[in-house]
Amino acid sequence: MSTNDALLEVRDLRAGYGASLVLDGLSLRMGAESVAVVGRNGMGKTTLCDTLVGFLPASGGEIRLAGRRVDGLAPEKVALAGIAYVPQGRRLFPSLTVDEHLAMMARRARGRRWTPDAVYELFPRLAERRHHGGADLSGGEQQMLAVGRALLLNAPLVVMDEPSEGLAPTIVDVLVDVVGQLVAEGVAVLVVEQNLRAAVRLANRQLVMVSGRIEAEFTGDELLDRPELQRRYLGVGSAPASAGVAAGSRHEEGERT
Amino acid sequence: MTPAPSRLAPLRRPPVWVATVVAVAVAAWVLFLADGTPAGAAVDDPGRFLVTVLDGITFAGLLFVAASGFTLIFGLMRTVNMAHGSLFLLAAYVAIRVQEAMVGRSRNLDPADVGVLDWLVPLLAGAGVAAVLGLLIQQVFLQWNEGQEMRQTLLTLAITVVLADQMLREFGGLAQRMVWPGGVTHFFSVLGERYAVTRIFMLAIAVLVGVLLWLWLNRTSVGMVIRAGVDDRQMVRGLGINIRRVFALTFLVGSFLAGVGGVLGASFAGAAPGTDGNWLLNALVVVIIGGLGSLKGAAAGSLLYGTVVAFSPAYLPAQYSYYAIIMTFGLLALVLAVRPNGLFGRPA
Repeated sequence: MSTNDALLEVRDLRAGYGASLVLDGLSLRMGAESVAVVGRNGMGKTTLCDTLVGFLPASGGEIRLAGRRVDGLAPEKVALAGIAYVPQGRRLFPSLTVDEHLAMMARRARGRRWTPDAVYELFPRLAERRHHGGADLSGGEQQMLAVGRALLLNAPLVVMDEPSEGLAPTIVDVLVDVVGQLVAEGVAVLVVEQNLRAAVRLANRQLVMVSGRIEAEFTGDELLDRPELQRRYLGVGSAPASAGVAAGSRHEEGERT
Repeated sequence: MTPAPSRLAPLRRPPVWVATVVAVAVAAWVLFLADGTPAGAAVDDPGRFLVTVLDGITFAGLLFVAASGFTLIFGLMRTVNMAHGSLFLLAAYVAIRVQEAMVGRSRNLDPADVGVLDWLVPLLAGAGVAAVLGLLIQQVFLQWNEGQEMRQTLLTLAITVVLADQMLREFGGLAQRMVWPGGVTHFFSVLGERYAVTRIFMLAIAVLVGVLLWLWLNRTSVGMVIRAGVDDRQMVRGLGINIRRVFALTFLVGSFLAGVGGVLGASFAGAAPGTDGNWLLNALVVVIIGGLGSLKGAAAGSLLYGTVVAFSPAYLPAQYSYYAIIMTFGLLALVLAVRPNGLFGRPA
């Protein structure tokens, strides 16, 4: 893949809080596919997401979306340039109902692939609860709303930070289906996950993040069968997934710290 | 999570008990025992009681108009706009000048000469000037200091001082009055008491403002964005929404409302140097009672504050009615003891 046909290209990215550098020369590139970034707590995964979407300014390096520099842009400019964000903890608006979350974005979405109606079609559960407040939803419904809200940007890239966090296995299944559908429609999805099993199911490529850089890359579910690699990259806090556990396991606790 | 019941739990309850006991005692006093007060006990003099209630509610209308813009700006922008009172007074002065020009006479206007338009056009002119000046303040001084609450507060405070001096120079130090349109300056009778239609008119305008504001915040996408921005500004930006433009619009509307309040206030009680500070304080008390950033809170806070302001001089024993102002702060202390974030406030 040459520079020009990478959808997202991150080169030597540095960012942090005050004097402490959390991202220390991170590089990655991806096309219209799903990619997972895995790693232990405190390795800078959320910092990576926040920097990609412009919430946190980069102090060095560059971020290109379809060849265009997006680092240094304000968050709203990054979003309009084509990066939609599903943040950790969902960050819904407690003052707004489900319907209002989508309605406030509806005007720009008109006539595009993802409209509020299309989101309700994707998540019928949300349609049933359209007049409920954002804070009254179950964890799974909140995640659906956070994803639906991001989809209304109709962006070519969706960044999701810990989407499986705190979700029931059946909801993770829904999430896996949705990500698969998005990729099939040509939308790229970058998932940051601490949960290795969820990461393997959400994305075919997994990048391992250690101390603010990408240290290794795996495909398919090879990482699940390699306890020694898990120990090395994901740390002692992660109980090794035993060799017998398949990628599609419903057992969730595994590598959470 | 339910906290385990502890021996501390009963100790946390006193504010609620105190509030209940105080409320019951006050109600009993007002209804049955308040002989020897300017109004008299409600059972003996229901007319005076009703007048006091109406005074409270209509004054609450004025409070609401002044406080709603303040709470709107604070809720979204976390800016305590200390210039709110100045915009209030400036709009009042501008409206008075425009009204004098329209009627063609200065001082001692006769309400009979003032048509509805001679009141409405000055209202819009005054509020418009306040809106534009508010927007200017936001664009020139505040948007560079986003998230710096202390700087914003000090900047707007400085603007207040400058504006107060300039207004004194331009409009003089004498109290001036906006004249209600002749159509509403008469009285009606209720339970044997005469009551001014102008106060009801003022309340009607406040209700209209409240309804329009509610529709704007709840039925339009801009309103949804504003409410979302109160919750999580950064996330709103992350959805591709230019929150700067929303800030500017909010400041424009909030300042316009300060102006409407100023013109109503000038018609109701006149305008003079010092009115700006008083109304900044009124708006502050209302939104602190109601909860900063909540429209519902502004309405509830106005009603409570208005009621206390009307009732305490009327129902304190005559020789103590001088202390009525203390009741206002008693209300503030009581509300904050029970609900530290105000009635409808959320922790910041």
